[in-house]
Amino acid sequence: MYVRHLQLGSFRNWERVDLPLRPGPTVFVGRNGEGKTNLVEAVGYLATMGSHRVSADAPLVRHGAEQAVVRAALRREDRELLVEIEINPGRANRVRVNRAPLPRPRELLGLVKTVLFAPEDLVLVRGDPSDRRRFLDDLLVSRTPRLAGVRSDYERVLKQRNALLKTARLARGGALATLDVWDGHLVDLGSQLLAARLRLVADLVPHVAAAHAQVAGPEAPLAGLGYTSTVPLAGDGTPMTAGTPLPDVAELANALRERVAERRQDEVDRGMTLVGPHRDDLVIALGPVPAKGFASHGESWSLALALKLGCLALYRADGEEPILVLDDVFATLDTDRRAALAAVARTAEQTLITAAVLDDVPAELRGTRVQVAGGAAFVVEDDTVLEGGVR
Amino acid sequence: MYEGAVQDLIDELGRLPGVGPKSAQRIAFHLLAAESADVGRLVAALQRVQAEVRFCVTCFNVAEAEQCRICRDPRRSEDVICVVEEPKDVVAIERTREFRGKYHVLGGAISPIEGVGPDDLRVKELMTRLMNGQVTELIIATDPNLEGEATAAYLARLVAPMGLAVSRLASGLPVGGDLEYADEVTLGRAFEGRRRIDA
Ligand SMILES: Nc1ncnc2c1ncn2[C@@H]1O[C@H](COP(=O)(O)OP(=O)(O)OP(=O)(O)O)[C@@H](O)[C@H]1O
Ligand SMILES: [Mg+2]
Ligand SMILES: [Zn+2]
Repeated sequence: MYVRHLQLGSFRNWERVDLPLRPGPTVFVGRNGEGKTNLVEAVGYLATMGSHRVSADAPLVRHGAEQAVVRAALRREDRELLVEIEINPGRANRVRVNRAPLPRPRELLGLVKTVLFAPEDLVLVRGDPSDRRRFLDDLLVSRTPRLAGVRSDYERVLKQRNALLKTARLARGGALATLDVWDGHLVDLGSQLLAARLRLVADLVPHVAAAHAQVAGPEAPLAGLGYTSTVPLAGDGTPMTAGTPLPDVAELANALRERVAERRQDEVDRGMTLVGPHRDDLVIALGPVPAKGFASHGESWSLALALKLGCLALYRADGEEPILVLDDVFATLDTDRRAALAAVARTAEQTLITAAVLDDVPAELRGTRVQVAGGAAFVVEDDTVLEGGVR
Repeated sequence: MYEGAVQDLIDELGRLPGVGPKSAQRIAFHLLAAESADVGRLVAALQRVQAEVRFCVTCFNVAEAEQCRICRDPRRSEDVICVVEEPKDVVAIERTREFRGKYHVLGGAISPIEGVGPDDLRVKELMTRLMNGQVTELIIATDPNLEGEATAAYLARLVAPMGLAVSRLASGLPVGGDLEYADEVTLGRAFEGRRRIDA
């Protein structure tokens, strides 16, 4: 799929943008701070209803404005898709698809598919488990939209259960009468999430390994993925292989139920839920060792890139062609890695690239440019201004 | 911040459910600009509900007498009680014309985040009704969301020893939703196809 037309209102530093885009690679070029990343961040928002840079929506709304609007006309195969999002920080967003309002904004998830690679992705290798869980869950929901409900219900159950455990601790157990019913929800939703994550990691393994070999060279150690869980049956972090057997939802539910029962006293003592997918982690391995804490800076970069290119390959194996977004990444890669990334980017239906210096972008990707300066963005092809979007 | 009276009005409006600070301000200025007769009618309506509307002593539905109209209606069956969260759910179910028994309004659902546990709901009163009366069937029609399901599961376990037929509205209701927003046909169907809970 590709974005044919992007319109923004009061999004980040952009008061208005009205920008025609085309398939193939496009480079957004301009000086630091002009708003290049902001433009592609809006494209990412269409896919995840979140930003790759901030966790809350408020920073996305232009200073002084109450709401931001992202409107995009996309083409998927030969179908037209019009997505309009009104971003209302602190309140529910409003979303329309082909002019029809969605009853719930989250029903948009899964419709627009993007793979976005940015400097922030280094946290996938070096950051906290929560960064990796978000990576897995965003990808899960994008591939299986039904899981958006499971994910948000699970988060709500956790909040309810934690609130109950906190009061139970203070009331010395009096409030525990209703803990069982929350345990039921936790087990039901948690096991669905666990099963889906395990399936996803197993599906990613070959694609990430192949992408890593392409990026880091064939002599580099094998990039592996494992899952480590508070429910032992769900994994201990050992890299998965094609033959790793995966437990099913019912087995995971039983294991989770048992574990919850075992940890009951600890949970009451600490006033929080200690078992479940919200405490788990994706383990990224380089050869025999986990990358976190061991991989060098460059190795970490290669792994992060391989994860994202692995996502691209996985979508393609699903029969989807996502929009590839490369935000400020070429400048930080060495020549070989640039070439490897360019080789993939060339094959994508649409690649949106941001760069402060055009020369950092491999020549074969430089055909179409969007010049970003002074609060305006213009499409330039062969040094001729074609069409413009302003302010 | 505005001068005393206006700010007081904005604050009071802002306390209402679903009214944020911006809407509170808009409503306040709308009222300031409105005809005094219009405002008078609003004031009178508020005072009337305060003075005249109470909660039914039996089922806790809204009532204009000691008991609500449904509890006083001799044609309605004493054998079945339908448990709901709020009075507005009674209205929604009445619209379907599927139910001829009596109601019990809990006054909410279990929600630890909001500090609501079973003791904050009319659960004890329900148990008293079940023990004294001739009730043989309990239909739990709490909202089809996490809190409603948790409340239903809790009640089902609580009444299990009493040997009643306990049922829950069948699926088909929008999950994660609010009973109030289900259309009549869907809600009616969910009622007809209610399933037994064996806790
Ligand atoms: N909510 C907002 N309202 C107004 N301006 C904002 C808002 N959020 C960010 N900005 C401004 O947007 C600019 C940053 O834009 P962006 O990150 O897109 O830059 P860039 O062109 O990608 O720069 P670089 O080349 O350094 O990566 C900053 O000047 C910042 O102050
Ligand atoms: Mg940038
Ligand atoms: Zn009554």
